[in-house]
This record gives sequence, structure tokens and C-alpha cells, in this order.
Amino acid sequence: MKLPTLFEKIRQKMFGDVVTTFAWMSVVLLVLLAIAPAKDFLADWHVYQRGYEKLISKRSDAVTLRRHFEPGIQQIWLPEMGVVDRCTTCHSALKEASLSDIKIQPYRFHPPIPHKPEEMGCSVCHRGQGTATSVEDAHKSTLAWEEPLLPAKYLESSCGQCHQQDLKGTPQLNLGRKMLGAYGCVHCHTIKRPDGTVISGTDDPPSLAHVAEKTSREWIFVWLKDPQTYSTTATMPNFKLSDDDARDVSAFLISQSTPASLKIVQASLDQAKKVKDDAVLQTKAASLYGESFCASCHAVQNAAGNLVGGNVGPELTKIGSKAKPEWLQAWVRNPHEYDALTAMPHYRFNDQEVGLLTGFLMGKADADLLANVHLDSATPDQIAHGKRLVNDYGCASCHEINGIKHPENFAPELTRIGSKPVNQLAIAPGVPHTLYDYIGAKIKQPRAFGPSLKMPQYTFTAVQIDALTNALLSHNERALTIPSTKTVPAVAPSHYEPAGNAGQLIRDLNCLSCHEINGRGGDMAPDLTWEGSSVQREWLLQFFRNPNTLRPALIRRMPKFNLTDAEINTLTDYILAVYQSPKVDRDSMPMSGYAPAQVEEGKQLYYSKYGCQACHIIDSKKDKGYIGPTLTHVGSRLTAAWVFAWMKDPTALRADTQEPKRNMSDDDASALTAFLMSQKGGEKQEAKKR
Amino acid sequence: MKGNSCMATHAASIAILAVLAALAGCSRQSATSSQPKATAYGAAVVESSGGKQTTAVGTQLPQSVVVQVNDEQGNAVTGALVELRGPNGIFLDPAAGITDSSGQFTSNISLGTIPGRYQLIATTTTKGGKNVELKIEEIGLGYQEMLGSQLNDQYCARCHNQESSPERVSNYDNLEKKPHPFTEGDTLNKMSDADLVAIIAHGGPALNRSPLMAPYGYTLSKSEIQALIAYIRMVSDPPYGAPGIVYAQK
Repeated sequence: MKLPTLFEKIRQKMFGDVVTTFAWMSVVLLVLLAIAPAKDFLADWHVYQRGYEKLISKRSDAVTLRRHFEPGIQQIWLPEMGVVDRCTTCHSALKEASLSDIKIQPYRFHPPIPHKPEEMGCSVCHRGQGTATSVEDAHKSTLAWEEPLLPAKYLESSCGQCHQQDLKGTPQLNLGRKMLGAYGCVHCHTIKRPDGTVISGTDDPPSLAHVAEKTSREWIFVWLKDPQTYSTTATMPNFKLSDDDARDVSAFLISQSTPASLKIVQASLDQAKKVKDDAVLQTKAASLYGESFCASCHAVQNAAGNLVGGNVGPELTKIGSKAKPEWLQAWVRNPHEYDALTAMPHYRFNDQEVGLLTGFLMGKADADLLANVHLDSATPDQIAHGKRLVNDYGCASCHEINGIKHPENFAPELTRIGSKPVNQLAIAPGVPHTLYDYIGAKIKQPRAFGPSLKMPQYTFTAVQIDALTNALLSHNERALTIPSTKTVPAVAPSHYEPAGNAGQLIRDLNCLSCHEINGRGGDMAPDLTWEGSSVQREWLLQFFRNPNTLRPALIRRMPKFNLTDAEINTLTDYILAVYQSPKVDRDSMPMSGYAPAQVEEGKQLYYSKYGCQACHIIDSKKDKGYIGPTLTHVGSRLTAAWVFAWMKDPTALRADTQEPKRNMSDDDASALTAFLMSQKGGEKQEAKKR
Repeated sequence: MKGNSCMATHAASIAILAVLAALAGCSRQSATSSQPKATAYGAAVVESSGGKQTTAVGTQLPQSVVVQVNDEQGNAVTGALVELRGPNGIFLDPAAGITDSSGQFTSNISLGTIPGRYQLIATTTTKGGKNVELKIEEIGLGYQEMLGSQLNDQYCARCHNQESSPERVSNYDNLEKKPHPFTEGDTLNKMSDADLVAIIAHGGPALNRSPLMAPYGYTLSKSEIQALIAYIRMVSDPPYGAPGIVYAQK
């Protein structure tokens, strides 16, 4: 049979007469017409809505759930935020708390957060394509849409679009933001917050103007090759310099260094030399290091390889291989001489003590560190090449270097990095084509994106990289355009400076490295903004002479600075006069003291109603509480007015205190104040005074 | 012609089968090539460290999970194959590996996006070809539980957590009436949310308990107390069931 005849037969059979032709055409038309509704019926969102209806029909509260359910395309429209989100079309159970046991998407109940979807939309936090009505378009990166949903670990970045302050619920974002300053990212990359303020560095990289006074060229070479070999806590990244480049940069840095006119005391240097071979002096030096609480700020690696100590100052494990003894003794004597703005306090050590500490620190050396470094004296060519490298790598973005200007905008500005279009990214091989993967990969291994890139290699953990990615993603176009009524601006940094002679002393002792006053300062020690309302004069004088700890479980303590009586008086007068709280009313306290009955009542309240002994010690034989300060001497330490105000509302006086507010009556607060003020430290103290 | 078409169908189906077989072979091959081969076999797999951690959903656990393969005598076995598996959304890096010279296998684990308990199963094969398993549980905290965990660190842990660290000395042993650690599910699961709200907001005396438990109702907001309860429920051991059911059965 030939084909044409076959066709002819079919044509005759089907379209032989008008009626059958019409019938056939009707069938074809019907099928064509059915395609649209069928497509609609099979659309993702329809399938999910039918699934939802089936799901809720089996629940005990089906009637309520069905009443809440609205079929069809749903939409959250927030014109001022530019939000058109149809996510609720499929995610029908977002607000149904009774479905919180359902663990399959798209039917999960949205976990409680501080915002409602109808106020913020969905894509503001989750990204993705809000207007899409198919699964692929809404969640994934497609040809027409490059912004897929944010993985859960980057969600905190979205909080950071509006909240420029740290939030309790966003630990990752807080960490990332802190790191932008603490690891010096912002020295090279400008990052502006939506309110126009610029994020500033908090790492305080040292000036290199007098670096030759401090250390040797060999040490600089080793440090440049890899800062981690000297200290695992180094914040300086690895620039991956070749041996020749490191040789030349070290040559230039030494050549540009100028003398620093340090005070060199031979007696201290002699003493320091003796420490090495004298066991008695070594013990003495170690205990001076301990008593001075150097470890509150500086860490040292112990025999087990664990770092012990604080991270305010640099790690001292191998300081003896770095610092020159002359520099070290001058630094220990008065650090401001070398670096006027250092965070290190000026201890008033005598020359012998300076020698002891210098000797002790010089002993913390690693013989292997510089053993294999042999540098010939530098040629002018090498120095010139070193200078070129210093310019190329932007060293002066962080460090002060003689003859090199601080470069402006050395690296790309990152104010909008969180919304940079993916098609503008030069993505390294093997990195998925999404913005967050790009940022993470770039932080992890910057030079993988091109051999000529200058960005150095950091040694961040996976958690730190995620935290930084969160912080960077929060700096995006939306953050810059969101209405200011919806945002919480960053806390303006405090530029508080204490005044007068006392102010000079406070700067010299660097009290603000540990204590916060009027919004400025560290968080290691108590906030002193209202210290003057809090403590009694006698106690404060005594405390400066010999600072002992108030909290039994605390390891870090205030060091003894060996202040003179005149200095102590200046500080005490200033603190008592200036650091006064308006919430503490001295005049409202009874002038004539408290009646024994009131003291007794306070004792009852203390032990039974309020259970204060859970956290505090008042009777050192019986009480054991370890959380709050010991109260055995509280009557000679604190003012009655402060104690009363504290009883009424401790959080109003110190926002971060662990002590809860009790909402107690004035009578209870007075009785407790009476009891606490009667705690003067027992007979021992009295005997001492007499 | 009929015979011809028959032949053609046969040929086609054979071709399809062949392709399928080849594909199957390929996939099996690639699977085995990516998986390391055991050179030794143990008798048991035990947890070394990294179980019972809490972290925010979608993030990596702060510490790696380390399991150890032991032989019948309890000695560590080097070269045994350990395979890890977990619920959907969990990311195991790596998911399988050979135990090192100390008999241990280490994996970095990122949890999925749904808050709750994640059960990991570590499997190793014995000489006899039997699979032995170890179950490890990790906890993923959602936003609310995360907030609760921070509040716990700030206000509760000093007394309610018996463990001390160099930075945070526990006050547990100093207390006359011992507080319940939040993992103590046997006790805490019997308390309703309302009970927990009452004791957190109004202190121990609200439920006729010790005043050593101070009231936090004037310090914490209602949503903060809810967050704290969400955290307590999440870490309790045994796990917290649906409200009411525990009571109804006992």
C-alpha cells in the first residue's frame, strides 16, 4: 500500500461529508479549549491549595481552619516597601498555630517572630521572587530572576536591613558586624549604613612609624610571611608574599622607621637580664604578672596549647621573640610614650618591677621562630621595591607608615554588596552562582577569584564566615531605600571625654578600656556612669589603694595601679561629684539611720520573701550565693540611696544586670535597705578602723 | 510489514534496556567510587563527642561530631567505614569516611531549616556483614528558641545549669533547694506552659516553691518569657510532647 492512498482513505473516512467534518472539528476545538483550565488546574498553587484543603479536612479544628482559608491567589501588597508577595497563596498555614506540628512545606506554621507577614511581607526577609506563582520561579534562581530564597543561615542578614543596632535574636549578624570592625575589613572597604554613617574599625592596628625600635627586621619578615606562625590570634591576614617580597617590605619598613625617644632605664634592663637564670626572681615576676592582672587582657598559650587570658590586648605567648628588651621595658613603664592612644593602662611600676616584668616577658620566646631567617642588609633597590609593594597592598589603609599616605577607597565600597546583581560578579570556578555563595567563597579564599587580587587570606572558621556573610548581605539596596519610619538607626557612638585633671588620669589609666562611662568604653568591668551615686567615699579610696574583688566567682579583677594618694583623691572627688544618677535621691534617705526593728524586718525579707541568699553572701558561714557581689561589707560600700533605688528597680540603674526587678513596696525596699546598710563587715573591720 | 514493525519494537526495547542498564551501572559505579572503602571492621560504633549540641537552624554545629569504631574488646579500629545519615535538610560534611589512626571519624554537620531534634545515625559494618548503629541527637533552634537560649545564658543558666566553665561558675551547688536543669524533662514536661509562665514571672512562691527562684515578670517581657519556654521545651530530655497528653496518660 502506498502512503498517499492511505491518507486519501483516512481523509475520505473522517472528512467525507460535512457532518463528520463538523463533529471532528468540534472535538478538536473542545480539546484546545480544555487546555487552559487544565493548565490552571494543574498549576503549582492550585495543587497545593487542594492539598491544604485535604490536610485540614482531617484535623479536629477543620471548621475553623476552613473558615480562615481563602482560595485563589493571595497577595501581600506594601507599596512603600515595594513588596508584592504572593507566598501566602501556597503557604496557607502561616498563621495557623494549631498546625504547628505539620513539618512539610508549604503547610508549615510560621515560627513566632516579632513581625507579622502582613506588615513586612515575606520577601523582605526571605528574598526570592514575591510575585511568582510557581515553585521554581518563587524560590530558585531562574534566567529571569537571580535572587533565590536565602538559606536559613543567612536569614539574620534581613533583620539587619532595618535594625542597625545589635539585636538579641540575631547573634550571627551581631558577630559579623563586630568582625567588620574588629578584623579591619572597613579599613580598606568603605561601608556606609543607611543613615550615612560609616562603619569604623575597632582593631586599632599599630603605627609602624617607629617599628624598628620595637622589633627586628627578621620578626617582621616572619610576621609578613604568615602572622599565624607568631600568634594564632593575630587579626592581621596573610598577604601570601613571596620570600623576596617579604624581604623587601621588611627592609622598607625598617628603613622608614624613625626614633621614638623611649626612656631607657639601665637598672630595669639589668634586672630583666637577671630574671632568666634566677628561679626566685622568676617566681616573683610571675606573681607580679598575676597580681597586675595582665591576663585580663592578654592571653598566653599554656602547655596544653589552650589560650588562657583575655583578648583586649595582643597574645603574649612569643612576645620575647618579637619585642626588643629596651622597647619592652619602656612600654611596661608607660605605654603612652610609644603609642599615645593605646588601650593599655599606665601602671605605676617602679624600675625594679618594670625589670621583673620585662624579664618575665622576654622569657616567653620561641627559639624556632626566627631560627631560619637570615636576611642580608637591604639594598636601595630592595627598599624601593618594598615601598612599591606597601603601596600596592594598601598597608597604609591600616597602619601609619612614614612617607606613605593613607589610601582613600583602596578596595571596592561594600555599601550595596548585599544586593549586587549576580551577573556583575566574577565568580570563581566551583562556586555556585548565588550572591551569598559568592560572598562566602570570597571571604574564605579571596585569591581563588584571580591570582592578581590583593585581598589577603584570613583564617576564619565556618561560623565566622557565615557571620560576616550575614553582615555583608544586610548592606543592600533595600536597606538604603526602606522608609526611615520602619528602621532602627545605629546607636551613635559616644565621644565622651572625662574632663580636667581626673580626665587626664582616666585617659592615662585607660579606665575606658574595661569600664564604660556615658556610653563609651569596654564591657569587661562594671559601667561607672553612676558610680558616684553608688559608693561611699571611704570605700572608694580604699578600693583604689587595694582593689579586691566583690564577686567570688570572678576571675578577671581590677589591677592595682600603684596610684599616689593625690591621684586617688583626684579620681575619687571627680567620680563622686560627676558620676551621679538623677534616679538616686540622697536627700530622701532617713538622716538618723534605721531602727533595729526595721533592720530585723529587712533580714526576714532578705532570707524568706525575696530569697536573696540564692545569689549573694551576707553571712559567709551560712550563705553561698555566687552570682551577685558579696554583701558582707555592703553597708560600708554602697550609699543607702543607691541600695533603695536598686531594690526598687535594678535594671533602671544597670540595664544589663542579672538581678530581676521585684516591683517591691517602698516599705519592703526601706526595710531591706536598713538591713543591708547594717552590714558593715563585722568586728574585724571595726577593729581595723580604731 | 507486521514482522518488520515487531522487529523494530524489539530492537527499540532492547536498546532502551541496554541504555538503562548502562545508566544503572554508571550510577552504581560513581556511588562506589566516591565512597571510601573499609580496610578493617569493628564491632560497635560509639559517640566520642559532638552529640546533644544546640545551634540555630540552618547553621553548622559549633563542634564537629566525632564517633569511634571499636572492636569486641573495646579497642579502637582504624580503617573502618562509618556512614552518617540524618533527616532531610541536614548537611553532612563528609557523610561517610574511614576511621583515622585513633579509630575516629569526624564530620561537620549543618542542621536543616526546621526547628527541632535532628537524629543522626552512624553506621558501620562488622566482619560478619552486620550493620551496627549509633544514634546521635542534635537540636536546631528556631528564632524563638534562639532568643530563649540567649535569655537562658543571661538570666537562668548560672543556677539552672550544673556545669561550670572558666567564664561562668555555676551557682547550682550553692543553693539549698536545687533548681531543675532545663534538660530535666521528667519534671518539666509535666508542667504546663501556664505553670512555667507563672513560675518565671512570679517566682517560686507562685507554685508553692522556693523563693530562691526569683520573679522575672518585671524584667522580661511576655514574648521573652514565651521564648524562654520555647527553649526549655526544645532542650528537655525526654522530649516534650504535645501539651496535655502527658497528664492525660498518667
